[in-house]
This record gives sequence, C-alpha cells and structure tokens, in this order.
Amino acid sequence: MIEVKGLVKTYGAKRAVDGVSFSVCRGDILGFLGPNGAGKSTTMKMITGYLRPDAGTATVDGISVADDPVAVKSKLGYLPENSPGYPEMTVEEFLSFIAEVRGFRTKSSRLAQVDRAIGLTHLAPVRKQSIETLSKGFKQRVGFAQALLHNPPALVLDEPTDGLDPNQKIEMRALIKSMAVDKTIILSTHILEEVEAICTRVIIISRGKVVVDETPAQLQARQPGARLDEIFRRLTASDV
Amino acid sequence: MRQITPVFKREFLGYFRSPIAYVFLVVFSIAGVGLSFFVGGFFESNQASLDRYFMFYPWLFLFLIPAAGMRLWSEEKRTGTIELLFTLPITTLDAVLGKFLAAWSFLSLAILLSLPMAFTVAYLGHPDWGVIATTYCGAILMAGGYLGLCSLMSSVTKNQVISFVLSVVACLMLLFLGWSVFSNVLNSLFPVWFVDLLSNFSFITHFDAFTKGIIDPKDVMFFVSLMAFTLFLNVVALER
Repeated sequence: MIEVKGLVKTYGAKRAVDGVSFSVCRGDILGFLGPNGAGKSTTMKMITGYLRPDAGTATVDGISVADDPVAVKSKLGYLPENSPGYPEMTVEEFLSFIAEVRGFRTKSSRLAQVDRAIGLTHLAPVRKQSIETLSKGFKQRVGFAQALLHNPPALVLDEPTDGLDPNQKIEMRALIKSMAVDKTIILSTHILEEVEAICTRVIIISRGKVVVDETPAQLQARQPGARLDEIFRRLTASDV
Repeated sequence: MRQITPVFKREFLGYFRSPIAYVFLVVFSIAGVGLSFFVGGFFESNQASLDRYFMFYPWLFLFLIPAAGMRLWSEEKRTGTIELLFTLPITTLDAVLGKFLAAWSFLSLAILLSLPMAFTVAYLGHPDWGVIATTYCGAILMAGGYLGLCSLMSSVTKNQVISFVLSVVACLMLLFLGWSVFSNVLNSLFPVWFVDLLSNFSFITHFDAFTKGIIDPKDVMFFVSLMAFTLFLNVVALER
C-alpha cells in the first residue's frame, strides 16, 4: 500500500533522512520510532508530499508522490506534528472546510462527514468553539478528525497521542487500532508501550537510517526479558 | 481548478472571523476620505468629481495593501497550517489563486465602500458617471497589482513584519518610478526615453488614464501581467 524506496533529504550540511526504505500493507500499523531529530517527521512529510525528497520515491497505492501528488494526497489522511488547524475557525467550520477540499461539495454530504469525524473523535462538546481556545488534547483530536474525515485508505499520524492525558491516550489507541482493519497506518511516537499496545510492525530510525524493521515480538526477542526502552536505547546509542 | 473555491471561501471569511476585516475597512474608509477632505481640498475644488478622492489611492494602497496582504502566506508558515494546506489534495496554483482572489475581493469590497462618496457628489452636482466607473475599475485593477507583489513578499518569510516591510518597499519602488517629483530628478540624470521607459513600470502612470475615463488595453495589460507575473513567482517561491 505505502512503499518507500531510498528516500534522502538533506538540510544544508545535515542529512536528515539517508536512504530510508520500507513498505507497509493494508491492515498494518507501523510504529515509527527514533530519537528526536532522527528523521521520522521528515520521512512522513515526504510520504505526504509536503517535502520533496532529494532522492528516492514514495508510492501510495501504486501512485508515486512525485508524479501525481494530488492523487496521493487524496488517498492519505495526515496528522501533522503540531498544527491542528486554523486557530480562528471553529471546529465545525474547520472540518467543513476540510470536507469541501476533500471533494464533499454538497452541504448534506459535508455535514455527514463532519458529524462522522466529530463522533469518532468525541468532539461534540466543542464543535462550536474556535480552535485557538481548545486544550491541547482537544486540538490533537481536531487534527485527528481532520485526518480521518474522508475515510482514507491510509493514515499517516505524526505523534498522534502527544499531549493527551493517559485516559485519552488509551482511547486514541483503541480508535487507531479499530481503524486498522481496512487501512494502512503509519504512526510515529516516542512512547514504547504504545508500540507494544497497537503496532504490528516497528521501524526504528536513527541518524536518518532504518536500523530495525520487524515485529514488536521480534524486537523484544533481541534481548529477552529486557524492557523495550532498554533495547531502543542500545540500538540508537550512536544518535545523541 | 475546482479546488480554488474552498480556499477562496475560507480565506475571504477568514478576514471576518478576526477583527482584521473591521479594522481594515474602517481605517481604509476614514483614511481615504480624510486625505481627500483635509489634504486634497475635496470641497474647495468645487468640482463634482472624485478626482480629489482617488488621487491619493496609490499612496493609500502603499501602506494598506501590504497590511492586508502580509498575512496571506506568512501566517500560514508561522502557525504551521501551511503543512496542512499542502497535504490536502490541492495544487500550489489552486492555493495561490484562491488566496489571492479572496484578498482581492476583500480589497474590492473596501474600495466599493467608498460609493457613498460618489452618491454625495451626484447629489451635490452632476458628475460624469463614466469617469467614476472607469476610475473604480482602475482602482480595483491597481489593488490587484499591489496585492500580487504583497502576496509574493508574504510567501518568502514567516515573519509578518518582514513581509510588510518588504511589500512596502517593493510597492514604493513601482510607485516612485511614475511620481512626477521623482521623475523630474531622474530627468536631470538620464535621457528622456529612459525615464519614460521606467515610468511605464509605475502604478501611477497606468492608473492615471483610468481616472480620466480612459480604459486603455495597455494599462489593463500592465496590471494583469503584473498580477500574473507575481503570482507565478509566488508559486515558484512556495514550491521551492
């Protein structure tokens, strides 16, 4: 479904992403791990077509991002790391704008999508509130609602549980897991328990390179009895 | 191209979701009328025409259009919503045109709010409605020219202050080339044909004909090509 081959991105003298390759199938939840600055967000931005790679390709459903970015973007739902939406708009206005851009042109179809997204992410109490007045947790959910609004076949989520309280985190994970049945999901995170809880595959990226690409069980088997963060620490020790 | 509509709607209504629209419209109206009453001698001229009102437009636009245009891209860049916008299924051209047209419509609204001035003149005397109509056309076209420059300057920085200053400087240059005081200075330094050539790039030179009731295709082409050129560079700057 999502295939990434030899992606490279350089910022000035720093090579942020250095030949990252992997592929994800339908039904998979891929956990993207790595220290801060390892290149997780940059890779995701290249998959979603926001950044242009210096080399390599990313394809979604057989379509290359470089060839037809608009087609790829319409198949993806993307939750950016820290931008939930236009601050002065209300939740409803914002989601309605997204629905319109996503091709729901009649008022009734737009409303149906907005209601569905609001229902899934429990935004009903704040739907008339402007985004800038929301708490971090609600903002995050607005971003999530925006990403799944058009029921896309693939989701790219950059730190979806960041800023949520423990209860919200559990709820968010359950939601992501429930959607994985017929979707391809890539999510980045710092939280290793999250990987154990929901991911079917783990990629650890360090200094722009993939160092691990396996199932959580295989990762655990590298050092039986050890906690995942110890394994993570050992694998990414070079990236300080 | 269908994607221009949602971007346009969001941007245009965006002015009214914040105090910007009201502050801008009030300041624009008061400044315009104030200049013509107190500096231009609107009543003393004893003529049933809007010449004394529109003669200040190139100068009024110099500060007010950068104020309206500085946020177009800078704000998206600063708040990070640009990442969201460009991971939606729209092309850069759709986004640039949608935003530009929204801001241009907003400015046109500000210009048309001066119509009571025209009605006042009509009540007091017998103005030439043809001239008034062409002057409004010219003012709206000129606003588009200024705005194209401002939109371009806004796309190169995420700082709105820098965006404003760059826009004012860029507009000032195009304004000065046709200002009689400045061209007199140039005349003493350069041959006449060269000064004429330079003044062909000025807002004032091309706006003047409209205020005399002439719609010259050359003048229309000047403003249209200025808009096309700056918006093209705008797309290039954003895709860079």
